[in-house]
Amino acid sequence: MANLKVKAMGQMFKNPILTASGTFGFGEEFSEIYDLSILGGICSKGLTLLPRSGNNGSRLWETPMGLMNSIGLENPGVDKFIEEELPKMKTYGTVVIANLGGHCEEDYFQGIYKLNESSVDIIELNISCPNVKSGGMGFGIKSSVAYTIVSKVRKICKKPLMVKLSPNAENIPDMAIACEAAGADGISLINTIQAMAIDVKNRKAVFDNIYAGLSGPCIKPVALRMVHEASKAVKIPVCGLGGIKNAIDVIEFIMAGASLVQIGTANFIKPTIAREIIKDLSDFLDEEGIKSLDEIKGII
Amino acid sequence: MKVLKSTVIENKLVSNRVYKLSVNFESAIKPGQFFMLKTLDNSFLLPRPISVNDVNGSIVSFLYRIEGMGTKKISSLRVKDELQLFGPLGNGFDMNKLKGKVAIIGGGIGVAPLQYLLKVLEKKADLYLGYRDSENMYNYSELKLYANKTVTVTEDGSFGQKGFVTDYVPYDLYEVVVACGPEIMMKKVIEHCKKNKVKCYISLERRMACGMGVCLGCSVETKSGNKRACKEGPVFCGEELI
Repeated sequence: MANLKVKAMGQMFKNPILTASGTFGFGEEFSEIYDLSILGGICSKGLTLLPRSGNNGSRLWETPMGLMNSIGLENPGVDKFIEEELPKMKTYGTVVIANLGGHCEEDYFQGIYKLNESSVDIIELNISCPNVKSGGMGFGIKSSVAYTIVSKVRKICKKPLMVKLSPNAENIPDMAIACEAAGADGISLINTIQAMAIDVKNRKAVFDNIYAGLSGPCIKPVALRMVHEASKAVKIPVCGLGGIKNAIDVIEFIMAGASLVQIGTANFIKPTIAREIIKDLSDFLDEEGIKSLDEIKGII
Repeated sequence: MKVLKSTVIENKLVSNRVYKLSVNFESAIKPGQFFMLKTLDNSFLLPRPISVNDVNGSIVSFLYRIEGMGTKKISSLRVKDELQLFGPLGNGFDMNKLKGKVAIIGGGIGVAPLQYLLKVLEKKADLYLGYRDSENMYNYSELKLYANKTVTVTEDGSFGQKGFVTDYVPYDLYEVVVACGPEIMMKKVIEHCKKNKVKCYISLERRMACGMGVCLGCSVETKSGNKRACKEGPVFCGEELI
């Protein structure tokens, strides 16, 4: 049987399959359906220092093979996460990644201080959520801005730090290099692509914020290209995500240079999909006579 | 909650754009719960949340109206075709709270989850149905069978009383009122119940991505903060809703 283990960011992952932030809650609902210890890791729902109730109006819109969302980072806040959700997440027997977003530098710093003292294994820094008008987006567009915030966070962060990039960044290789130079232990990409839908009968945008984040299989080719660009630009591990729905998609991301991948929107298509992808990935490698993922990583 | 492939037992047009789909499913289901349904091809992305219309032994039935590409594709399934379903989901009606004299109000396709509820209430509840016209009286004959008495109202008066169903309910005669239908109808029901100091339970419909409480796409604002229509709902106490 092929060896699916991945060592990255100071952690040993059972396999390269993680579940993406915002598509898996804190794992509890899925733990009622399958044994989460088979997963490489779980990224928490996007957290902010204080609780947020999220956006008003429509929050979801399906497109051909895609999903637009404007949830607006509804979450219980870092304190409640550490108190109530994290202890449960730690019982699942997989790597626990806390996804942290923020509206200003101070929000990030305070969140990091709290997570430093918790049992999370990795912090995924969200500098890209396009839904929050007052910040988020700003940090992830210009490489210089990202470098500043990641450097400052790095100085105080005691956990392995994975920075989640926005596809809306001006230049993906530059952004990846900036994060590596700032001391990130890894990067994950891509977050949702900023998109728009119009309700023509009512003559208005579907979402109150006008723009929303697009995910799902329709963004996979774009995500794959960006993961390829980023992987060529940096030496730190790259975690690829964007529209992955089966094991073949996973192989593509690994061949493009990803060490790890995240399953996002596909969790909604079928709740057991991550489990199926892990099995199919193992079967595919066996059929192809591939003994370790290193044999195919970044071969394109 | 189970995730499985099941075989279509029936999927027939019962009224204008409205279909009844039945599949095998062996597990306990509460009235007011729903399933996420999807065809096995990739013609659309997300499963569709559809409420349980009826349960007969190990057969569960859904009543749904074609609203978009997902329901249209589901309507094309034939007997013996396979589909993906997972559920049952949501809180469903708390039967312990539906005691005494109960009025059940359904509007349009919102009548879908009420048949199984009426059945479990053993013909003790009074039923108030609101339809647009006599051409769109979804589920009417079956619903009537399980009600103590039925009052039917059509907007154009082509069947039963004329006008809006919410104007034909003597709220003060009941201890509990249950409603499912268009948002405006449910708002009216909440207002009337508040005025008459009657407890009411509302089954909400929302767009959903996951159906199981993780995406937060179906958040509902309540007096005690945001709740998930798919998890803490779809049935809410009327007083709780904002």
